[in-house]
Amino acid sequence: MGKALKSGVTIKGTKNGLHFLLDETRPFSTILNELKHKLEGSPNIWDGPETHVRIKLGNRQITREEETALRNLFSLRENLIIQSIEASNGKPYLLRNQGINVQAGTVRSGQVLDHRGDLLLLGDVNPGGTVRSTGSIFVLGALRGLGHAGGEGDESAIIAASNLRPTQLRIADVVSRPPDEWTKSEMSGMNFAYLVDGRIVVDKIHHLNRIRPEIEWKENRFRG
Amino acid sequence: MGEAIVVTSGKGGVGKSTTSANVGTALAMTGKKVCLLDTDIGLRNLDVLMGLENRIIYDLVDVIEKSCTLQQALIKDKRCKTLYLLPAAQTKDKSAVDMKQLCWLIAELKETFDYVIVDCPAGIEMGFKNAVSGSDRAIVVTTPENASVRDADRVIGLLEKEEIPQPKLVVNRVRPQMIKEGGMMEIDEVVAVLSIDLLGVIPDDEEVIRSGNLGEPIVLHKKALASKAYQNIARRIQGEAVPLLILEKERTFLRRMKRWLGFT
Ligand SMILES: Nc1ncnc2c1ncn2[C@@H]1O[C@H](COP(=O)(O)OP(=O)(O)OP(=O)(O)O)[C@@H](O)[C@H]1O
Ligand SMILES: [Mg+2]
Repeated sequence: MGKALKSGVTIKGTKNGLHFLLDETRPFSTILNELKHKLEGSPNIWDGPETHVRIKLGNRQITREEETALRNLFSLRENLIIQSIEASNGKPYLLRNQGINVQAGTVRSGQVLDHRGDLLLLGDVNPGGTVRSTGSIFVLGALRGLGHAGGEGDESAIIAASNLRPTQLRIADVVSRPPDEWTKSEMSGMNFAYLVDGRIVVDKIHHLNRIRPEIEWKENRFRG
Repeated sequence: MGEAIVVTSGKGGVGKSTTSANVGTALAMTGKKVCLLDTDIGLRNLDVLMGLENRIIYDLVDVIEKSCTLQQALIKDKRCKTLYLLPAAQTKDKSAVDMKQLCWLIAELKETFDYVIVDCPAGIEMGFKNAVSGSDRAIVVTTPENASVRDADRVIGLLEKEEIPQPKLVVNRVRPQMIKEGGMMEIDEVVAVLSIDLLGVIPDDEEVIRSGNLGEPIVLHKKALASKAYQNIARRIQGEAVPLLILEKERTFLRRMKRWLGFT
């Protein structure tokens, strides 16, 4: 059988319900289209008793948005009930590089929050506590402990906090000890820290768009 | 079945034993059956604070080694009918008891008492872990000092790991005058850093030391401010919403105190 003829969505019947096998080699949008076509077409195929559906992604990982799109398609057929979405490695969802990851809770003395990618922490980091990430760190709370962004060498990573009063900051492999090196205004209010010329510098959060113009929202709007 | 509440702090000398003695006594004053359990093996002092030192025949280690029954080792308080003390051993060290044995003992005590107040040794080593593992709830004691708050924070993190839900905070040895002059951390600040519920604030008062030396917890001197503070803690432990005490009658301070009243 020629490759081009193979369907992107293969449906298998088992005694426990239906398996939807989604071809991992095709773009997910193509898969969704095909699935839509199949589910919308000829109603009498799908009408019937409640049937459990297992969706198999193969080696693909999907984002939460893609999952929602998938579930929306199946909501067309009320008798098809999604039992699981499975990937062969057991992790069907993409976590990294899909925007920012949100975590909540206090990082207390002696605790370490280790993270990959950009992190939004809703909570405080107390003295003696450590928050560490390969990307940037944003703390909606007080950063009083140690913050280490760009842990694997990313020098463009930043550290921002509603209350930036760390005992120590690190970006990539540069270390800064705020109390000794910073002025008073750098110690109060909503600030962020970034790296210039091998030195950690602190600035007011409203200057961030000048230093990182690529994340300025006004420009983003016109980029299309 | 009763509840075991461990009193802990990380840092030594911040007032765990004083808090245990007074809160335990205050609970007993409301008619509850209370057992004070001193787990600071080798450094016992709850018996001294309670003035029961000369009545000790058996101790916690004797019970665990089955040299006596639990009933034989329990010492009845001089003043409160429903209050008992199970003293720590003074001659042994902390390795004399392991986690399983202490859990068994606490579970056994919970059968007969409404509250088992577990006075924890300082530090975060085995003695701490043992005391915590058998308890249902925790009171974290701190003074308004950086080092003490830091250790309290560490302990709260460890309690989370031991799955003790929502420990409560007692800020001990507060000196309103010193706070006003900026020489001591504000209560608000302590609570903000530790982000757990405030159970009570105890003033720094020489009477606490004096009554400790006399072996009669200050909570028995009902007129003292510290006594009121301990009685309020006992009521809050039992689920009552009691406003926090005003440690000093002063206008601006009053306003600040009012914010603490929002706590339930
Ligand atoms: N509110 C207070 N005002 C004045 N003194 C106090 C107060 N609370 C405790 N103290 C004093 O502080 C000292 C230490 O108290 P305590 O023995 O209760 O601490 P602890 O945390 O149990 O110590 P350890 O870690 O050694 O077990 C004692 O001398 C006690 O009288
Ligand atoms: Mg003690």
